[in-house]
Amino acid sequence: MSEQLIYQLRVNGKIREVRDAWVGESLLYVLRERLGLPGTKGACEQGECGSCTVFMDGAAVCSCLVMAASAGDADIVTIEQLSEGGLTDVQEAFVNTGGVQCGFCTPGLIMAVHHLLEHTPDPSDEEIKESISGNLCRCTGYGRIFEAVRETIRTRGGNA
Amino acid sequence: MNIAIDTRQRNVLGSSALRPDGGAKVRGEFSFSSDMWAENMLWGATLRSPHPHARIVSVDISRALTIAGVSCVITAEDVPGKATYGLIESDQPVFARDVVRYMGEPIAAVAADHPETCRMALAAIDVVYEILPPLSDPEKCLDPATPPIHESGNVFRHQRIVRGDATVTGDIVVEGTYDIGMQDQAFLGLEAALAIPGPDRLSVELHIATQWLHEDRRQIAACLALPEEAVTLVLGGVGGAFGAREDISLQVHCCLLALRTGRPIKMQYSREESFFGHVHRHPARIWMRHHADRDGTIRKIEARMVFDGGAYTSTSPAVLINGITHTQGPYRCDNAVVDGYAVRTNNPPCGAMRGFGVVQACFAHEGQMDKLAEACGVDHVTIRLRNAMRHGDLLITGQPMDSVAPVERCIRETAAIPLPPDMPDEPHLLTLPGGAGRTADRRHIRRGVGWGVSMKNLMYSEGFDDFATARCSLKDGVASIKFATAEVGQGFVTLATQIATTLLGVDDVVLERMDTTIGSAGSTSASRQTWMSGGAVDGACRHVREMLFQDVGARAGIDPIRLAIVDTDVVDTMGDFRISVADATAGKDFHYTFEHHHRPTEDLDENGQGNCHVAFAFVAHRAVVDVDVDLGLVKVVQIATAQDVGRVLNPLSAIGQIEGGIAQGLGLAVMEEIITDNGVVRNPSFTDYLLPTALDAPDVVAVMIEEPEPMAPLGAKGIGEPPCVSVTPAIVAAIRAATGKDLDRVPVRPQDICC
Repeated sequence: MSEQLIYQLRVNGKIREVRDAWVGESLLYVLRERLGLPGTKGACEQGECGSCTVFMDGAAVCSCLVMAASAGDADIVTIEQLSEGGLTDVQEAFVNTGGVQCGFCTPGLIMAVHHLLEHTPDPSDEEIKESISGNLCRCTGYGRIFEAVRETIRTRGGNA
Repeated sequence: MNIAIDTRQRNVLGSSALRPDGGAKVRGEFSFSSDMWAENMLWGATLRSPHPHARIVSVDISRALTIAGVSCVITAEDVPGKATYGLIESDQPVFARDVVRYMGEPIAAVAADHPETCRMALAAIDVVYEILPPLSDPEKCLDPATPPIHESGNVFRHQRIVRGDATVTGDIVVEGTYDIGMQDQAFLGLEAALAIPGPDRLSVELHIATQWLHEDRRQIAACLALPEEAVTLVLGGVGGAFGAREDISLQVHCCLLALRTGRPIKMQYSREESFFGHVHRHPARIWMRHHADRDGTIRKIEARMVFDGGAYTSTSPAVLINGITHTQGPYRCDNAVVDGYAVRTNNPPCGAMRGFGVVQACFAHEGQMDKLAEACGVDHVTIRLRNAMRHGDLLITGQPMDSVAPVERCIRETAAIPLPPDMPDEPHLLTLPGGAGRTADRRHIRRGVGWGVSMKNLMYSEGFDDFATARCSLKDGVASIKFATAEVGQGFVTLATQIATTLLGVDDVVLERMDTTIGSAGSTSASRQTWMSGGAVDGACRHVREMLFQDVGARAGIDPIRLAIVDTDVVDTMGDFRISVADATAGKDFHYTFEHHHRPTEDLDENGQGNCHVAFAFVAHRAVVDVDVDLGLVKVVQIATAQDVGRVLNPLSAIGQIEGGIAQGLGLAVMEEIITDNGVVRNPSFTDYLLPTALDAPDVVAVMIEEPEPMAPLGAKGIGEPPCVSVTPAIVAAIRAATGKDLDRVPVRPQDICC
């Protein structure tokens, strides 16, 4: 393929070089296939399902919609970074409350919930639902995922 | 809903043991089939027909082969073995040769160094089609005057059921025609596989997300012209299944490319390709007429069901049988005349999806029950209680209902669940119909309540000797369990651990790789794995426990019959002797392989009579909905349900199945439909095929009815399918109650409500 290029990304605090890449590759593809970070999942390629959620400069984004070659200035955080020091409280809660079945949506949801609770530490039920409504889950019907979010809020001293 | 989580110290049966793969999944470290990778790997991709019906005039791959990075292009000419595959009939071509019969039928596959190179290569394959008119109307395809789409004809199966006195009529007669749309399983983890060719390209190892490793292997090996021993299947991490992984999708293509190139091949469908690459839930049209006494007691049911199976057989014959044998639902009926057809069309192939034919029948019989209630002047609960099936009743197939059948209890316990509070005067906008769209107007919202009750068969039917295999070995205080059971997300891995922990008194349970190096476990479908593979693990562990007792008894001079497992020890129930399982198994290796078979079933005769099903489970659903009658928007507020589960083996897993199944049934009720236009799929994406989100999820209040099933090895019935069977008609009934509209098709669309 023509238009191959070399660029750098800042992922999980490290500078990573991307070599011989096709310019059209999404951030999702580069993370998974070139940088050895398959924790971020892809299920729709059009920003509908949220499985590929990562943080870019603190914002939760669908990495399938980001051109990797355009993300050089951003600070990118993936699911792999979250559990470097053991499971986070959100991850613990997902396991303990039954929020995980097949687990394919799970990394994206974990990212979304961390993002929610960072910005809204004590969300209402409606705020919880709206904040994760961009993350599709086909197994759980969301009931145990709501419970995982509430459990996290409780362990952080909130009133859920 | 809140559930009581039983967090005992040990992962015994009945506790809310946590998933052994949970930690890996939340860290993003669990390896799904799409995460696999091999040194020197190439990517594979499939060329598919854009036309639902066409003659293939020519396929020219020469341009594609000139593209740098392309290793090979294969077509129907390159299939060394059987040219077709299929679960029941082998009629689906690996690649179309002369004719394509549905939009998306595979024509060719490529292997290249990058997914983008694959896309360029697919675009460079020149196919000349002579476009033929698609036959997309099942009724038209049934007409003998219509030319057959395939040499084996347009009827996959025709079966009738005739029971009792066909001349019986009722004082009350109600009838209706019901349509069910084509639903997609829409698992999140797209089809993906990694095929690794063996030396000399005479064998292949396929890592694959599937529901049934051994059946895949049977079909793959035949197409590859390899003995089954030369084809090893390993379960790749599965991101949900719901029936869509029971048929072959990319398995044969991926292996063919690997054997041709001699290099590992990774294939992974896009979401769009996934919509074309797997079978869907059958659309169906069902006519039913119920005859009843004035008090609503059912006297006779007449029905005609037509299931649109699409272009190839898949499991259509079995889906049809499930549909017609569940015509009566969970209600007594002595007289029946039912005619059912599964039909070939140029629509997308349809096959297994959670509920498997019973979803369609249930939407019709529950619509009928409400009509019957209204005609008799009784309420929707009374009519169902009056006809509720009991243990010992005869089904319309003549089969005795010898499963535990707490139908009345399901209905009464559902009815006892409190209704949700009325909508407040100033509701949160997100709780209104339309959700985040915030388009509903409080003044136009009406609330409705509706009911659905269902019966669902468990396991495979009609004489199929369905079995599951498991091996247990116990060594140095560690139990290792091996099975080929496909863990698709449902949690069999948790259950297997619980069984071994409970029976063997060990806390260290190792689950070995799920692959074809052990006997088949059958399919992860038909609500069968808790019963079947659970029975196999249970049997293997019990045999090993008996070996342990024999050994300990001999060494301690105690009759083994006096020994029991208490917590993590072997104890003499009639004396003081006690030894830990860890000490008792030090340096030992007890192992046993067990096959669990369910009781035999029978074929149906020409009148649809026979003991064709193994067992049944029941459930009731009550739906409360808010409907904006001007905009046609629906918010499902609450689902109350009481489900016949036999025995709760893991409360956390059970509620997960119940809530998840309800969400899928909600999807079919009000949003999910693959829209076809004369065989052309119009919405193959998550932008246009809508799935329930967190904002669509209703409050679920569930009661699990525990009446252990004597036939089931663990007393537990399968719980996966019932939640999605009768919730759909319950929601539609609630919308009818809110709007006064007839609503005889699902999904209910805004225009059905407000036009």
